[in-house]
Amino acid sequence: MKTFIIHFIIAAFVVNWILVQQEWLEFTAAMSILIFLAVFSLLWLSALLYDKRYFIKIPKVVSLLFFFLKELFMANLKIAYDIMTPRYFMNPAIVALPLQASTDFEISLLSNMITLTPGSLGVDISEDRSVLYVHLLYADEGNAEKLKQELKNGFERRILEITR
Amino acid sequence: MNIDLHFVKEIISSVLILMGVFFMLVAAIGLLRLPDFYTRMSAITKGATLGMGLIVLGIGVYFNDPEMMFKILAILFFTIITSPVAAHAITRTAIHKKVTFWKKTNLEEFEEYLRENRLKEYAGQKKYPKEPHNSIKRADDTE
Repeated sequence: MKTFIIHFIIAAFVVNWILVQQEWLEFTAAMSILIFLAVFSLLWLSALLYDKRYFIKIPKVVSLLFFFLKELFMANLKIAYDIMTPRYFMNPAIVALPLQASTDFEISLLSNMITLTPGSLGVDISEDRSVLYVHLLYADEGNAEKLKQELKNGFERRILEITR
Repeated sequence: MNIDLHFVKEIISSVLILMGVFFMLVAAIGLLRLPDFYTRMSAITKGATLGMGLIVLGIGVYFNDPEMMFKILAILFFTIITSPVAAHAITRTAIHKKVTFWKKTNLEEFEEYLRENRLKEYAGQKKYPKEPHNSIKRADDTE
């Protein structure tokens, strides 16, 4: 985490320096993002020498990010289809999702991601922090267990891989 | 080959903005159409977050300015962090205020929570009024 913040700040300063000082590059958003990514990945490669854990984790963070964006998009398309067609296909249910995540950060990240993805809405957490109650839109008979497994394998596993 | 970059930029940004507007529209229709409070909540958080994100990104692509892009990425980051928290707080309050569920909602695994929080009289599915809008109508009558 510390390494990430330091690298982020260094990359931002380098982008700022290059775009302000040099005149042979166009001053556009696309260019600045490209330079930022280039500097950041160079710094990430250099972390192989002094911070192995950070080196391993960054690809996982990126894959989680893309997985999350994909799920956010798919969830919206699914709900849009259900709203636009005259009949409801949904079978809402509130299910109890047993949690492996234990710290505040992990639980809040997980419930935020669950709230933004496939027809699910985080409702509450039990007193002993072992169960997260999730409101699912498409939980047909027998399908609820499968959806729970998907949430656990899709989000929780990835988050735990990053934070632990 | 000579591609007009300005034209390409405009096309990309207008596609992004139109998609954002589409998702926002669908979320608004969903807010009117869906059967109960919780399903509406579920539709509106996703629709509004994604719609706003796409519109703002479209603006960023159109102006193509580094300072503006930085602000836009900050806006996206903070919205994605905060909007589910708001949705969660509203939903939790609704459950504690005993807002009714849709009659098809399956509450089997939730009963324990309702019992713990002394919402027991609402734990049985049958005791929920069949029409989801009952409570709202009652509130109007008393006024």
